Amino acid sequence: MSTAESNAAEVRDVIVIGSGPAGYTAAIYTARANLKPLIFAGSVTAGGELMNTTEVENFPGFPEGVQGPDLMDKLEQQATKFGAQIEFEDVASVDLDGEVKRIVLANGEEHLARTVIVSTGSAYRELGLPNEKRLSGHGVSWCATCDGFFFKEQDIAVIGGGDSAMEEALFLTKFARSVTVVHRRDSLRASKIMAERALAHDKISFAWNSEVADVLGEDKVTGLKLRNTVDGSESELSVTGVFVAIGNDPRTELVKDVLELTADGTIAVEGRSSRTNVPGVFAAGDVVDPTYRQAITAAGSGCVAALDVEHYLANLEAPTLAAQQA
Amino acid sequence: MSNAREVTDSQFTDEVLLSDKPVIVDFWAEWCGPCRKLGPILDDISVEYSDQVDVVKVNVDDNPNIAAEYGITSIPAVYLFEKGKVTGTVIGARPKQYFEKEWSEVLAK
Repeated sequence: MSTAESNAAEVRDVIVIGSGPAGYTAAIYTARANLKPLIFAGSVTAGGELMNTTEVENFPGFPEGVQGPDLMDKLEQQATKFGAQIEFEDVASVDLDGEVKRIVLANGEEHLARTVIVSTGSAYRELGLPNEKRLSGHGVSWCATCDGFFFKEQDIAVIGGGDSAMEEALFLTKFARSVTVVHRRDSLRASKIMAERALAHDKISFAWNSEVADVLGEDKVTGLKLRNTVDGSESELSVTGVFVAIGNDPRTELVKDVLELTADGTIAVEGRSSRTNVPGVFAAGDVVDPTYRQAITAAGSGCVAALDVEHYLANLEAPTLAAQQA
Repeated sequence: MSNAREVTDSQFTDEVLLSDKPVIVDFWAEWCGPCRKLGPILDDISVEYSDQVDVVKVNVDDNPNIAAEYGITSIPAVYLFEKGKVTGTVIGARPKQYFEKEWSEVLAK
């Protein structure tokens, strides 16, 4: 192994990459197991996707609801309380082969650990249109809570039919004159409570069976070209803002050449465990989950990863103990 | 530590457009989560590259005119100005190394 030049001599029990509900739950559990976890939370992504949401109504234990950022602050505090060390740094590369894993940060620092929990979450999916990129920041947006303010009394569109899209549409009614939800199917994928709220809202209307063929506008968005998914006909929707909420893709850039992935692009794990194809490397949260993608399921899978790490480390030590007793 | 200054709509011409030095402008607001993450990173840049650039912050909530003039509809939006002209834009919160790479000619030691 090429760790001779490493400046971090200490080999940790566990390093966690990522700081959403999965990463922080793994941190809480491994800290309470006295494994002194080191968490690389990310310099701008710390707290994960919930940092850009408002009210979370479905996290158990919060009957009044909780703001996404407040929930993440609490998880961070809870992890720190039990001795987790949280660094707001970005991981640049990983070397996961061998018994000791090496993590290289964007600032050049190297860290070593016997186990790694990958909980890097997911990133917003883009429409993949050239004009979407060009007009990004000039009408095309991925963050309703950040950008709703710029669309006071304007007509805007939200693309997508899931819970995130409904949440954005409902939030944006506080600012916009009208919100048109553009969805490829003729019914919503969102949970019933969110769908009903959106369907009942005065300011929200729906463009069913419609996909975005193009984003229109020179210096800023002036409209969308929609294509009907049933008969292929095209139409224009006049809007000044477009919020894209068509789903997320797992963030696997760091590990995609080392860890086995599934057909969905998530990190492959063994059964209900968090074990990847590389011994000592575990994965949790949205990065392993193409289906459920909830804060609570991510937290649950972070717990699974922490317990798998404990078990793995105990097995590493077992032969040593046996040798001592002999 | 930070050398970044808050700049208002009325100070923008003097502080940014007429500056001899390149100026990084951070358009931000209190209610924008990613903006709060990016703030400390630009503070770092303002100290580390104080010889090369000035870093200023425009709160779009209090100063909507300049943001509107540049057609900004997403924050954080970070603009690089050189001799009164926009020579680079970064939309969304990015790590420090991203700026160092993207604007390597200005952020060079």
